[in-house]
Amino acid sequence: MVHLSKTEQLDAAFAALSDATRRGVLERLGRADASITDLAERFDMTLTGMKKHVGVLEDAGLVATAKVGRVRTCKLGPRRLDEVTAWIDRYRQLWSARFDELDQVIEELKLKEKERAPR
Amino acid sequence: MKNDTTVERKSEREVVITRTFNAPARIVFEAWTKPELMRRWWVPKSSGLTLLSCEMDVRTGGGYRFVFKHPTVPGETMAFFGKYVEVSPHSRLVWTNDESGDDGQLSTLTLEDRGDTTRIVLLEVYPSGAAYEAGKGSYDGMPESFAQLDELLAG
Repeated sequence: MVHLSKTEQLDAAFAALSDATRRGVLERLGRADASITDLAERFDMTLTGMKKHVGVLEDAGLVATAKVGRVRTCKLGPRRLDEVTAWIDRYRQLWSARFDELDQVIEELKLKEKERAPR
Repeated sequence: MKNDTTVERKSEREVVITRTFNAPARIVFEAWTKPELMRRWWVPKSSGLTLLSCEMDVRTGGGYRFVFKHPTVPGETMAFFGKYVEVSPHSRLVWTNDESGDDGQLSTLTLEDRGDTTRIVLLEVYPSGAAYEAGKGSYDGMPESFAQLDELLAG
């Protein structure tokens, strides 16, 4: 596993989430831990292919794996999806607040325009 | 009724903000390009910030500069500034955000006139994923980002 900085991990998390299979794997692991073999079967994929996906999710901190005997078990990692999306909410809050005030400015401009050009 | 604001991260260095306004594009454009109008909405009351001055020279190559009262250090000010890269009346406005040096995002506002309403798309593109991560700090409730800057300046 590659060790990434916190910033790189967040970038990696977004990249990891851009793939439908990987989102499916997260959803699956949200319900129960699973081995790479289980996941490969469920997603109709080769073991090598699934290992790659799990590797990407693991680098992003979204999945953690542990080898017990010959089986590598996967579970949800330390980074949660809500952490990835939390700042987007703050970003949206700022823009919503701005635009709600912009609505008022626009209403006044519309009113003024009407007064200037009565029909 | 208020229209919804949507925010979507398109890639590791791009964010797209969309919103519909109940007015034709010429009015929405006016509100983005006249300082006396801009200063009434760009700094929402909920941000807790006080805008001291707002200078805008809205033409290609012209600059803008917003100066705020520093939220934590009395007597200090903070500035956001940049240049207008493209000004196409009622349809497109492109500007840089230069207060973070080379890490600032390029903002592209597109207005789509739909008669009585206008759909706006604001695309913010950062030069890299890392710059994006640094820049999003300014949205973490602005006072916090100023606190981070304080630390930086103190260090």
